[in-house]
Formats: sequence, C-alpha cells, structure tokens
Amino acid sequence: MIYNKIMKKRVIIMPKEGILDPQGRALKDVLNEAGFDIKDVRIGKIVEIEADSLENLQKMVEDYIINPLIEDYEVL
Amino acid sequence: MMKIGICVFPGSNCDYDTYYIVKDILQEDAELIDYTVRDLERFDAVILPGGFSFGDYLRPGALASKTPLAEAIVNFAAKGRYVLGICNGFQILTELKLLPGALLPNENDRFICKRVNISVENISTAFTKELEEKETIVLPIAHHDGRFYAPEDVLEEIEKNNQVVFRYEGENPNGSLNSIAGVCNKTGNVVGMMPHPERISEDILGGLDGLKIWHSLIA
Repeated sequence: MIYNKIMKKRVIIMPKEGILDPQGRALKDVLNEAGFDIKDVRIGKIVEIEADSLENLQKMVEDYIINPLIEDYEVL
Repeated sequence: MMKIGICVFPGSNCDYDTYYIVKDILQEDAELIDYTVRDLERFDAVILPGGFSFGDYLRPGALASKTPLAEAIVNFAAKGRYVLGICNGFQILTELKLLPGALLPNENDRFICKRVNISVENISTAFTKELEEKETIVLPIAHHDGRFYAPEDVLEEIEKNNQVVFRYEGENPNGSLNSIAGVCNKTGNVVGMMPHPERISEDILGGLDGLKIWHSLIA
C-alpha cells in the first residue's frame, strides 16, 4: 500500500499592490480615528488546505483559488 | 423562435425574472439550465443571471466559473453563439476569462441599489444592435462588487478594440475604471453588464429601457 504524504499548508491571498482595498481603508480610518497613526491597512484572506505535493498545491491555488489579475499569494 | 437558456447556479436569484422576460414578454423559447449541464448544443443564446452564485464565496463568480456549465459556456461562446452575463453573470464571465478585467468591491464598500444613467458605447454587439450609439438609457444596478478593474495595458486594449459596451453617465457609482458598466469580447457575441435590464422591461416596473437589450438579441 502506498501512503501519500499529505501536507497542510496555509495560503495567504492579498489584493495586488496598488489596488484599492475598501475594507482595509475602512479599518485604517477607524484606527486613525482612535489615535493610532496608520498609513496603510490591507485585508486579505487565508486558505488552509491539504495537498499531496507542492506542485498540486500550486496548481490548485493558481487555477482555482486566486484571480491573478487582482490578487497575489504566498504559501506558508 | 430562438432557444434561450438561463443558467441556474446555486444562489442565482434573478434566474426566474430573466426566464419570465424571455418566455412571457419576448415569447421566445426559454429554458432554465442547471449548473451541472455540459451540453448546450440546442441553445442559440445563454444568459447568466444575477444573484450570488455559491454565496459569493472566495470571490463573486469564482466558484461558478469552475462548474461543468461554465466550461460548456466557453465552448458555446467559441462557436459564436450569444452569451450575456448580468451582474453576478458578468462577474462569472470575467472569472472565466471570457471577458477581460475583474469586478472588485465598490469603492465605498457598500451595496448600491438604484437607477443609473447608462451611455451605450458599442452598438455592434448581439445585445445592443437595436440601440443608438451614445444613447442614454436608464437601468437599475444592485451590487456590492461592481468596480470594473483591469491593469493599464488591458484597459488600453479594451478601449482600443471598442470593447466597452456600456458606461455610467454622470456619476460613477462604484469607482469603475473609465466608468465602465459593461464590456464585450473581441467578437461581440459575449457581453457582460452590471445593470439589470430584466428589472426594467415592463411599464408596471417603471420603464422599458431594458427591452431594447432583449430586442437586440432576438432581432
């Protein structure tokens, strides 16, 4: 019997640099209102996912999970 | 008589409004298509209606664009048949890459539901040929993610190829680049638009401007 090594990874997805992120802007405004001096806040998402290889993980992320036109990602 | 399919994804909610317009107002042959269907041979046109397919999970239109029906629509469009995406349908078509660009959250991060003035920019598509160039029509919008975005080089190409079909006139409600409210593919048989023509195609609903889009399709 062959056991595939399953790994669990976290994929961080962020709006691409230069694209307005209204949620981040709203949080930044609230923080500045509260007295912090914040220049930029950006809100992305984390996908926790299992894969049997890094190659498959990359394929899932690039073909199914992100939209490369508007998002960048990083695997932790 | 035209055979027109209306795509139904889990979470579509303008499907029956669109079906009603095609069947009862236009009196064409309408059929709802389940998202698991792979064969579209019998249709002349398909419409991807508004709503929240797959609950807008991941991104609006992202999950719907990976279904068997979405794959079938790519082949259907390649044969030159007519495809219209309304609101969430437009989002699905951009996720499918049948149309350029992407639809981001509105600049003010709010759901916007109101009537807007729309300028008709391209009357050579399957869905605008009964309109006049630069004609202003009034259509309702109802969306949270309607901010049209494309990288600079893509945007330039869209403008150069005359792929902008509709533009917001006067106020730009959601921060769309170049006030873009609708685009088409290079061959003009695939159109996506954020406004809802199916909601303004009867006098009792306060206007008939949406009918011009439906009449273009069946003309």
